[in-house]
Amino acid sequence: MVISQRNPLSSRTSKMNKLTTSSSELDLDRPNIEDYLPTDSIPQPHAKLRLRDLLDISPTLTEAAGAIVDDSFTRCFKSNPPEPWNWNIYLFPLWCLGVVVRYGILFPGRVLILTIGWIIFLSCYIPVHVLLKGHDKLRKRLERALVELICSFFVASWTGVVKYHGPRPCARPKQVFVANHTSMIDFIVLEQMTAFAVIMQKHPGWVGLLQSTILESVGCIWFNRSEAKDREIVARKLREHVEGTDNNPLLIFPEGTCVNNNYTVMFKKGAFELGATVCPIAIKYNKIFVDAFWNSRKQSFTTHLLQLMTSWAVVCDVWYLEPQNMKPGETAIEFAERVRGIISARAGLKMVPWDGYLKYSRPSPKHRESKQKSFAESVLRRLEEK
Amino acid sequence: MGNTSSILTQYDIEEVQEHCNNTFSQQEIVSLYQRFCQLDRNSGGFISADEFLSVPEFAVNPLAQRLFRMIDGLNFKEFVAFLSAFSSRATLQHKVEYIFKVYDSDGNGKVAFSDLLDVLRDLTGQFISEQQREPVLTQVLEEAGYKKDSILVLSDFMKILGSNGLKMEVEVPVD
Repeated sequence: MVISQRNPLSSRTSKMNKLTTSSSELDLDRPNIEDYLPTDSIPQPHAKLRLRDLLDISPTLTEAAGAIVDDSFTRCFKSNPPEPWNWNIYLFPLWCLGVVVRYGILFPGRVLILTIGWIIFLSCYIPVHVLLKGHDKLRKRLERALVELICSFFVASWTGVVKYHGPRPCARPKQVFVANHTSMIDFIVLEQMTAFAVIMQKHPGWVGLLQSTILESVGCIWFNRSEAKDREIVARKLREHVEGTDNNPLLIFPEGTCVNNNYTVMFKKGAFELGATVCPIAIKYNKIFVDAFWNSRKQSFTTHLLQLMTSWAVVCDVWYLEPQNMKPGETAIEFAERVRGIISARAGLKMVPWDGYLKYSRPSPKHRESKQKSFAESVLRRLEEK
Repeated sequence: MGNTSSILTQYDIEEVQEHCNNTFSQQEIVSLYQRFCQLDRNSGGFISADEFLSVPEFAVNPLAQRLFRMIDGLNFKEFVAFLSAFSSRATLQHKVEYIFKVYDSDGNGKVAFSDLLDVLRDLTGQFISEQQREPVLTQVLEEAGYKKDSILVLSDFMKILGSNGLKMEVEVPVD
């Protein structure tokens, strides 16, 4: 009897099916992907051009077939559920017992903890927010503490076991924190320790409500992925926030999308060109207990949370790494890649050269054109040979 | 085998293996099936345009559109047969036939000058002008002993491409 845990495939919203090429959005952030893509399609020898060379499209075909069979981009977003271990006669009843414990005992207990946490939080937050309107400094401090409190309750509701390594972040101007992104719970796990200000995509539903009310008090910046002009506005807001002295430290997830905690996709350079010190944070979840990757194409956030609340535990490590500054002569993109290397090395993640936003749109024709260009140049050059 | 349930029976595997003339091992077929299910996100039983083009490495390939016409709407068995030319066990004949099929878009067994021009256009894009492309192709054809209005058939392709062997292999990851 094999029962594997499968994520139910929910119906996709029409928004996901519209793959638009917003090439302006994608072009600006990319270092040389051509360095990573296979270059076999360029015929190397300088011999005279023969008919065979024009007819032999096998390198290009091989690349295409290789991409069909396996590609590094899709691998980043593959959920890796834990292996089913309940496959024989005595393990299966144990697993059933586990299910009963998880759904019947742990889950109600956790819901209770979370409800208590919310009651405490709201009964403190609302008075503080309303009554202390004049005393901004005190109000901010209390709200910060309360947000940290509710995040701790959330973490407790998944039996979160989080080990923090390294010096705790402190609130100083001219610094930003960057971390790799696996799920929205990354934010909660980090917020539990320090009240960060965060930059997020505006979500619908109850998450959006939380974003616009409670998160506003710690300072949040919104962006909209599909708005190309949005970038300049967001960049300006980021700069203002970082330069302000009274703001909470800013947390940015430069990948721009959730990745499955085995790989890192390319970092967007926005966080790295603010002229601030960048403090990397690496987060790694232990997959034995639960796969914390939020596959936003397959699950809503509510389903994801429920899945976490009916698992045994969420175990993760958080490393606060050494703050980095841009080296002289380094571009923002090189800086971003360097920091990505530091985070990936610490958390044991593999780096892939793809832009996370390719989840939502097609790659820019620039890449195909560069391949065409190399081939064309080689053909013309070899034509001249005797 | 119309539905893409995640379970493949031994009968299914053997049927697919026979259909592709044993070019893939049973383990490779299982891996290919996992990959097929992964790409076929809406479980329609075939991989649609959007789903293929959502693989960035495939979408940036100059011949993607051409291949895409051949692969659109294939079910799993045909998908494996399509990829069988890239197996290490495929014969040279098979590989040349495959390349011929890519050129021969209307499937009539004949590749004319216009077909050759079309593929060259896909491969070089705007970096060789239309006026330059024709003479280049004509010159190379004539040097090989053909005329501009020659019709190439499979045996011609075998002669031109088959002499030095073809390197056209893709490894199927097997975990």
